[in-house]
Amino acid sequence: MFYREAGQFKTSYKSDQALMPILQDRMGLAAILMIAFVLIPAFANDFFLTSIMIPFLVFSLAAIGLNVLTGYCGQLSLGTGAFMGVGAYAAYKLTTIFPDANVILMVLVSGVFSAAIGAVFGLPSLRIKGLYLAVTTLAAQFFLEWCFIRIPWLYNYNASGAIEIPRREVFGVIVTGAEATPIARYFVVLGITVLIAFLMANVLRGRIGRSWMMIRDMDIAAELMGIRPLQTKLLAFAVSSFICGVAGAMMVFFWLNAAEPSSYSIRLSFQILFMVILGGLGSLSGAFMGAAFIWILPVILKFVPGILGFDIAAETVEHATFMIIGALIIFFLIVEPHGFARLWQIAKQKLRVWPFPY
Amino acid sequence: MLYDIFIDPFVQMYQMPDFFLQVLWEGFVAGILYALIALGFVLIFKASGVFNFAQGIMVVFAGLTLVGLNENGVPAYLALILTIGVMGVLAYGVERVVMRPLVNQPDIILLMATIGLTYFLIGFGEFVFGGEPKQMITEQLGLPTGSTAFEFGDRGLVILQHIDIAAAVIAILMVAALAIFFNKTRIGRALRAVADDHQAALSVGISLNQIWAIVWFAAGLVALATGIMWGARSDVSFALEIVAFKALPVLILGGFTSIPGAIVGGLIIGFGEKIGELYWGGLVGGGIESWLAYIIALIFLLFRPQGLFGERIIERI
Repeated sequence: MFYREAGQFKTSYKSDQALMPILQDRMGLAAILMIAFVLIPAFANDFFLTSIMIPFLVFSLAAIGLNVLTGYCGQLSLGTGAFMGVGAYAAYKLTTIFPDANVILMVLVSGVFSAAIGAVFGLPSLRIKGLYLAVTTLAAQFFLEWCFIRIPWLYNYNASGAIEIPRREVFGVIVTGAEATPIARYFVVLGITVLIAFLMANVLRGRIGRSWMMIRDMDIAAELMGIRPLQTKLLAFAVSSFICGVAGAMMVFFWLNAAEPSSYSIRLSFQILFMVILGGLGSLSGAFMGAAFIWILPVILKFVPGILGFDIAAETVEHATFMIIGALIIFFLIVEPHGFARLWQIAKQKLRVWPFPY
Repeated sequence: MLYDIFIDPFVQMYQMPDFFLQVLWEGFVAGILYALIALGFVLIFKASGVFNFAQGIMVVFAGLTLVGLNENGVPAYLALILTIGVMGVLAYGVERVVMRPLVNQPDIILLMATIGLTYFLIGFGEFVFGGEPKQMITEQLGLPTGSTAFEFGDRGLVILQHIDIAAAVIAILMVAALAIFFNKTRIGRALRAVADDHQAALSVGISLNQIWAIVWFAAGLVALATGIMWGARSDVSFALEIVAFKALPVLILGGFTSIPGAIVGGLIIGFGEKIGELYWGGLVGGGIESWLAYIIALIFLLFRPQGLFGERIIERI
């Protein structure tokens, strides 16, 4: 009804190739950005910011990172949690070595370390494919987790074995440490996430992204058509790990304040993988939708019994949450294996031809 | 440093053969248990091409059901039979609710569905039986619990737990039974036909749904045996789920489709892990057991991407 493209003429190649050629899409994105940048900071309370919006954005970014690797390049990875951990520990080391440097910059630089490690663990991908590759990324997961525990240099020889984020200011505003306000953290996280998402939207539709998709769809054919598999796959691993590393660093710097090695365990890897699959493989908006579903649903479930007036033990709720999430995952996979992104596309298509069925 | 890596461990092995044999035995038992978990994976992968991530949690679930029933006053053997029944119901339910609607989907979707199943079973298991570790009812089931010490000369002694021996025997019996089942019975032949080609099997009148339910049930039985054995060595808890990840390197070592591969892979990982941990682990601060198995598998894979016994991967455009 409102979603019609009739009358929107494209008069140049440039406008035809625009990221969002349809006016309503652009307006929708503008509205979402408006809500994120203006309305939420203006009206949301601290609880909403710290336990819903910040983790949601962090996980969205991590899901985008994994989506680059699994959704666009077709390399199944179960090591996301560890790559996020690399980013977190790298950022922690950087900010304790250079206490005066801009901490946001340090968080972004930490992604470079995680990219390097991701590329190293991506090397076997040239020879090993599919589920076999998933197991080699498990090697990365468990090996790196072991490193976080056994190399005391990484956590500055703390007695607790955990990393605690010191207080840092950027342009006079405290953004990390216990005293930082949720609003400041939120803006930093939102800024980084939007920036990287925008960059990736452009990378993915360009030459690099298309070569990743060729590798995903059929690697031998892609090779015959002149895509160099080693470079392309390693680049996917590096870019994916970079984004995951930044997300991991943000997770501890702007959300948790402190992290143990177990924060970056295999559970986290699975959580991110769920977000990617449920959101839709190979879709950026899907990463956001998947993250929203997997993160926000348990938070809501936690409060539902209280609102309805039932008095249920916290343990029972947790068990029930596990069951509901597991069942919903299976349900959504059956209903739409291509994820929420495909559902959204179908909905848009229906809107476009409304009131006719097709 | 080089001495510590290349010479010292071997000197130790020679000087203390009793300790070395003990380590080998430990590795053997661990390997058998990994192989049992891997066996469950292989069964399902062979018949339906599904990589069943839930096998680990099925082990826990089977063990918990058995112990939980016994705690509520059901005699041990009756509890065993009831647990087999529960695994049957589970197999039928999984086939009906998860597998049938998802037929013909890409691998990764099926993998995710089994991970979803894992979450569901974790929640369900904790909901019904509680989260605390439980003691396995070893004695009530008539399994031996003692241990025997073998002395040899003046060089020391090796202690073998009877339950470990029982585990090894049961594993061997189970593999033999599965081999006979696959090769000699009518259903076994149908299973192999389905594994070869779903459509061809359908066209000669084999019911895919029935076969899948049977396979999941067989995997459930393997899970139950694994749960009993593993539970007898430590206790039955959800920590076992992490141990089940160890079955993955075992699987890729042996190849996803090979039953002997699962056994050989399990033994290689078991031996490699224990020997590596006890003789070389100290050099880097210990705890390398958590990742050594994956690295061993990774190295094997670099030379044989399809695993030791896997079918050769042929790619066409």
